Amino acid sequence: MAPGLLWLTALMIVPCLLIFVLAFYERGIYGGIDWNAPTLGNFRRAADYLYVSIFLDSARIAAITTAIALLIGYPAAFAISRAPARWQTSLLFLAILPFWTNYLIRTYAWIVLLNPVGLINSALIGIGATIAPLPLLYNEFAVILGLVYSYTPFVVLAIYSSLQRLDPSYAEASRDLGASALTTFLRITLPLTAAGVAAGAVFVFVLSIGNFVTPDLLGGGKLQMIGNLIYDQFLTARDWPFGATLSGLLIALMMLALAFQAMAARHAGGGHA
Amino acid sequence: MTFKTIPAAVFAAALSFTAMLTAAQAETLVISNWDGYMPKDMAEKFKAATGIDLEIAVHATNEEIMGKVTASGGEGFDVLFVSSPFAEALNNLGLAAPIDHSKIPNMANLYPEAMQLKHDPGNTFSVPYTWGTTGLCYRSDLIKTAPSSWNDLLKPAEDIKGKVTMLSTDRWLMAAGFLANGMSVNTTEQASLDKVRDQLVETKRALLSYDDTTFYSKLVSGEASLVQAWDGWCNYGIAEKPEIKYVIPKEGSDLWVDSIVVMKASKNPDAVHKFIDFVLNAENGKWVVENIMYKSPNKAGMEAVDKAMLEKYPNMAIAPADLLKYEQLRDLGEGMKAFSKTVSEIMAAK
Repeated sequence: MAPGLLWLTALMIVPCLLIFVLAFYERGIYGGIDWNAPTLGNFRRAADYLYVSIFLDSARIAAITTAIALLIGYPAAFAISRAPARWQTSLLFLAILPFWTNYLIRTYAWIVLLNPVGLINSALIGIGATIAPLPLLYNEFAVILGLVYSYTPFVVLAIYSSLQRLDPSYAEASRDLGASALTTFLRITLPLTAAGVAAGAVFVFVLSIGNFVTPDLLGGGKLQMIGNLIYDQFLTARDWPFGATLSGLLIALMMLALAFQAMAARHAGGGHA
Repeated sequence: MTFKTIPAAVFAAALSFTAMLTAAQAETLVISNWDGYMPKDMAEKFKAATGIDLEIAVHATNEEIMGKVTASGGEGFDVLFVSSPFAEALNNLGLAAPIDHSKIPNMANLYPEAMQLKHDPGNTFSVPYTWGTTGLCYRSDLIKTAPSSWNDLLKPAEDIKGKVTMLSTDRWLMAAGFLANGMSVNTTEQASLDKVRDQLVETKRALLSYDDTTFYSKLVSGEASLVQAWDGWCNYGIAEKPEIKYVIPKEGSDLWVDSIVVMKASKNPDAVHKFIDFVLNAENGKWVVENIMYKSPNKAGMEAVDKAMLEKYPNMAIAPADLLKYEQLRDLGEGMKAFSKTVSEIMAAK
């Protein structure tokens, strides 16, 4: 077996299969797994309104995050690709610089900024902009802010690489033929970089929907996303089979998103992607 | 091997692989404890006293170590430090070994009450290491009326709305609701779960956050005025800000116990008992109180503590007989599913 394939099998396929197998059993009375009775009960349970609504809510939060990340990421990538060539590497480097710091520390930094007695609220109260502290932390706003902050660089990178591969003569031809800058962007540049947009969007969506650290820290535990639910099944309820079922469903959802992205890439990117 | 046991075997093999890498060799004990929950020089001192090597692993939560040992069938560790419901589960799973009291002379250092714990009367499979209560920790300078009931937490007064936190760990979160309603902290009956769920969903809207790691710093910074807290953690707040007070609500508390469990798979029963005996000496008991600020069931250790400490942290002085009045959290067994679904309902509520 090729080393790469072996690597993939050991570290990716086997763990996924284990999860898949676990999903068909029940939790033992004291935790662990009751191997004696294969069952579909976990899937019936996952179809309960409670869990479906957590799934949908996570998808909603991930979708909002994705939309905002695209709105910020596309102009940023566009600006970088139009900057003088000697600056581009430095600008990209700045975009990914936050990744040099641990994710948890970056998240805690937001807590320092946003909390009711934190820097932002103290400053606002200090200049008299508000009397009572604004509710910036421990709510959905904070969670989406944290996710957008964490994952926008992926969008910038994906779209930048798409823009890089775009032959500038297309846009020039469009301008020469009398199209405005806006029309050129909407009808030439944007469609031809749709593959990059899709790749960035899927990155952000997939990473956001499975995230459990940000809802826990910036949401103050008051927001339950699917990642938190899975975490709780494995580490609090010690119901591995149900956690495995939920993980399996989440993986299926992510696969769907990736398949969609691959389709978009083939469709829109054509010979350029 | 039957078809049914194949997945079990594959699964256990895959997961126990890592455990085996750190498995016990002769005269080396593998301990897993929470980080910072025993003296840093424990291994050196134990080696000097007995010639036995300690290999100390850490777990962040009970559930983490439970996951590891249930997956590996108990292999890989000699001694675990876990909370009492988990000690109980380990025993029910057949993974815990009986404790031989004749090999632990220092067992005499324990309070008599420490031998009467409901999850394990007579300490047959577990030895208590720390114990305490769960109550209300608050800023006496930021709150109009000092809290005295669980309802002061669950239905916070206007002046502290949005400045209240509850523990995020499911059992204690629910315990606040159970105790407020005069129910057992081990309730799994559906109607009671529903009643408490409705209350806690209502409470959620008045909460700053769920928090079981930084609640005392939120009190210190003034972000929060009232938090549900373990007594020892409230002490961390009191240490920084004397205006912080701790009270056990009039409806009572749970009695939590963290204990030491010997694994049945351990191949060094003598060394393991020497280790427990060592942990139970007065010096280590005193270390726990002075450094973790938890109460110790170790009478000799408690008595060695400077009395000034008991004055500064009044909850340290709760008498063992009073602790024993409170109900312990027990493993919920079959009831766990209904219980955890209820918790998910609260967590998902808007």
